[in-house]
Amino acid sequence: MTAARKSRSSGNWWTVYGGPLLLGVLAIAGLLSALLSAGPGRYFSWLALGAPVALTAWFFARRKRG
Amino acid sequence: MVHTWSSLISTLFLLLLCVTGLPLIFHHEIDELLGYDPKPEMAQPGAVKRSIDEIARTALAHDPGRVLQYILWDKDEPNTVIAFTNNKVDGDPDAATLRAYDAHTAKPLGPVGGGPMLIFLKLHVDMFAGQPGKLFLGAMGFLFLVAIVSGVVLYWPFTRRLSFGTLRDKSRRIAWFDWHNLLGAVTIAWALVVGATGVINTLAEVMLSQWKATELADMVKPYAGKPPPVHLASLDATLEKARNTAPGMNVSFVAFPGTPFTSSHHFAVFMRGDTPLTSRLLKPVLLDGETGEVSDARDLPVYLKALLVSQPLHFGDYGGMPLKIIWALLDVMTIVVIGSGLYLWIVKRRKHRSHAIAGQPLLQPSE
Repeated sequence: MTAARKSRSSGNWWTVYGGPLLLGVLAIAGLLSALLSAGPGRYFSWLALGAPVALTAWFFARRKRG
Repeated sequence: MVHTWSSLISTLFLLLLCVTGLPLIFHHEIDELLGYDPKPEMAQPGAVKRSIDEIARTALAHDPGRVLQYILWDKDEPNTVIAFTNNKVDGDPDAATLRAYDAHTAKPLGPVGGGPMLIFLKLHVDMFAGQPGKLFLGAMGFLFLVAIVSGVVLYWPFTRRLSFGTLRDKSRRIAWFDWHNLLGAVTIAWALVVGATGVINTLAEVMLSQWKATELADMVKPYAGKPPPVHLASLDATLEKARNTAPGMNVSFVAFPGTPFTSSHHFAVFMRGDTPLTSRLLKPVLLDGETGEVSDARDLPVYLKALLVSQPLHFGDYGGMPLKIIWALLDVMTIVVIGSGLYLWIVKRRKHRSHAIAGQPLLQPSE
């Protein structure tokens, strides 16, 4: 487990919650945009809600093995 | 502790909800494929739509001995008219029959809904246990929200030494631990919204009763003590008057007098706007059942508006096929979060037992 441990010893608020928080705000914006606008809002919702799926796939592709 | 127990109690039901919800995202497409979503014939150019009174007579002739409860227009199928019949106006919703009719020819097009998707829907909504089943699933949904919020709190001690998106495969337990954290973290906003809107939906009947007891009761006060209408007014004339009362809006559905959505004296015509949002925010127009004259028209109270807006946010049916596919992927990711959470709990318990015997310390957060 130490292999994945970062040089910082305790971590800070932003490094722990920053990523999920950004994704969360993006997702809420996407959920509302499709409701409020049928055209561009719809396209934005696909990007905003697709982001968690795409990011997960990216983390999976570059995961460390062993 | 909060995270463990709120999750554990609701785990099986949440898995049921996620698994049955998955095909329901595509219920329109599946119904169409299996023939439970009849389509109208191509209308001749310049063809005139039949009168709704004629379609109502056709529907009653099709199911003799039954009464009409609702007539509904699908926003995306303007050439289809859907008629609900039941054994009485306030009959059991499960006894209702839905049939589609061609708006131009009044020809019956076939039953609407039913089939395998209805089984998924019943499992998802109330597990075939009626209102108590629905409220029970609402409580499980509430535990799901508690589990998510408590998971956010636990996320700090467990991941503060890891960079976001760490996926290790040192052991099966650590691999699933990382997946649980990653998938839980990236789906959190979506899961909260779908969970909360699902809980709101379980309260639909409660909200409807509240509306009937307060606003609707107030609207129909002048009719107190009058007998229910004997001869119903013409539907076409009634709908025309409703349209004139709410300019720029279209009819979503009409509830016949005595059905759960109106009083025993009135037609309630529910009007909708034409944007994704306003098409959900229905406005009821009450019309005298015998004369078809407008009695009252008021916007719905905030809690019913909240319910109507929460529905698309739960179903994911408002952003085209790509949004439905994303909805399905996020649902599968949530299934993995729930499944891995259960697995981690089982492994921890097993470890706890063996460590307790050996007198060794337990694995700690941020290991």
